Amino acid sequence: MSAIVTAEGLRKSFGRRARSVPVLDGLDLTLDEGQVLALLGPNGAGKTTAVRILTTLLTPDAGRATVAGFDVAREPRRVREVISLTGQQAAVDDRLTGAENLAMMGALAHLPRRMVRARVAELLTAFELEEAAGRQAGTYSGGMRRRLDLAAGLLVRPRVMFLDEPTTGLDPRSRLALWEVIRGVVADGTSLFLTTQYLEEADRLADRVALVDGGRVVADGTPAALKARIGEAGIELTLATVPDAGLVATALGVAPDGTHLRVPTDGSVAHVSAVLRAVEGTGVTVESWVVRAPTLDDVFLTLTGHAAARPTRPEEVAA
Amino acid sequence: MSAVTLTKDATTMVGRSLRLITRDVDSMITAVVLPVMILVLFTYVFGGAMSVGTAYITYVTPGVILLCAGFGAGNTALSVEHDMSSGMVERFRSMPVAAWTVLTGHVVASLAKTLVTTAIVFGLALLMGFRPTASLLDWLAAVGVILLFVHWVTWLATLVGVLVRSPDAAGGFSFFVMFLPYVSSAFVPVETMPSWMRGFAEHQPVTPVIETVRGLLVGGTPGAPTGDALADAALAAVVWCVALSVVFATAAGLAFRVRR
Repeated sequence: MSAIVTAEGLRKSFGRRARSVPVLDGLDLTLDEGQVLALLGPNGAGKTTAVRILTTLLTPDAGRATVAGFDVAREPRRVREVISLTGQQAAVDDRLTGAENLAMMGALAHLPRRMVRARVAELLTAFELEEAAGRQAGTYSGGMRRRLDLAAGLLVRPRVMFLDEPTTGLDPRSRLALWEVIRGVVADGTSLFLTTQYLEEADRLADRVALVDGGRVVADGTPAALKARIGEAGIELTLATVPDAGLVATALGVAPDGTHLRVPTDGSVAHVSAVLRAVEGTGVTVESWVVRAPTLDDVFLTLTGHAAARPTRPEEVAA
Repeated sequence: MSAVTLTKDATTMVGRSLRLITRDVDSMITAVVLPVMILVLFTYVFGGAMSVGTAYITYVTPGVILLCAGFGAGNTALSVEHDMSSGMVERFRSMPVAAWTVLTGHVVASLAKTLVTTAIVFGLALLMGFRPTASLLDWLAAVGVILLFVHWVTWLATLVGVLVRSPDAAGGFSFFVMFLPYVSSAFVPVETMPSWMRGFAEHQPVTPVIETVRGLLVGGTPGAPTGDALADAALAAVVWCVALSVVFATAAGLAFRVRR
């Protein structure tokens, strides 16, 4: 497998010299052709800056990045010919209809007019926007806007698609629908570079996950390998007192956090009941317990041994 | 990038901006209602008290045209600011297109919009008693000068749209542009102003434009230049407009390249 996106030691700081804040601090990563790489991390980890450098919108202070073999800083035009970018905000014109938005992108991609018409019709069908094609995009729901936004980047099939937090702010159903659409694009042979704050999204879509924090990749691997280390889910227990929590923690072999503790679990009845029996064996009073999918905070704690450098949004991830 | 693809991109962007502008119902209503209100206000409310040596509508119509054209052009700042902050420009920049043509699109659309508002003011002014003495050639020349004026104001608005970081700031600009014609010969002869303000009014770029339009449309009426005076005003108007267009278009282009 050959690499289609590479980054080596990317550095980028913002602000004036004395007060400059490093956003990327030596980022290394590789995306293989036909694969999906998810950059997983909290707000402010540097995900968007990485995408902006790889899509030629920013030049790095140091380091080197290539897309399809072209250097992003030296051959930006060649890079732009093979990528599509869908940023965090849906970049569609509200007062143009869905079909007009796509047709405009086709004209800007320098497709012949007849091909634009054919491709627009294809995309409207594939993204389930046929019925809304003649309506102004301003009347669309969040999910529809996102789908239109995605389609707008696909008039010419890109070799690499960059999606910066594609489902942030979408309701669960729209999110599922968008994942379906994204899988379809990848199945057609486009490589995907994805950023997300959602563990589940990375798990569902990516072949490889790179955990970023403080502008660097702090852990990476396949979703399966990462999950093997953090557990599918966790049993979260709240005890009455700190000594009680210590007692239970010792019995279960985990570290307590005040009166709370979390035990990784595969979610099976057998494992959960075994853990609960072990808790019962200690004889202490359990205030409450719940089985929950791991949050981004749990992932960081487990894989890096410390919380994320920047504050994460308290975002629950549905199992 | 070849001239052919550049032209194609610019054409696409112009088409985009024209569609956006005609579907912006709010600003279309403003574009129609504002000229009507201003013209009625100046003619019927202030007009009676004004003594400019002729029917006030004859004097004021060119001024109202420039006021409305300037206001419409100022709104370009809002459109550009929106594109800069909404992710549209980011998207264009990630594509193999000349992204700055997005600015060209807005400027051309603004010129088109000016033609519409100008036609509305003229039509209404004719109904209200404006009697131009212009030949067809004078008319064309007058419209040409108005477009030149709108051209530089639009590029200035574009520059502002690229630089500001909020729609409020962009909106404030169109307000500022609206005030420029007040301190010119648009509504009253500059001779009636105090000398310090008169110095500014006589030498600011709006005055020669107004004088030229007035001279072309109602030449010979009190306050409207003819002959050499008109030629001087026309030359000054063209020089001002071309120079300011070059300055602001260049600045907007540079700012667009740097601004991320």
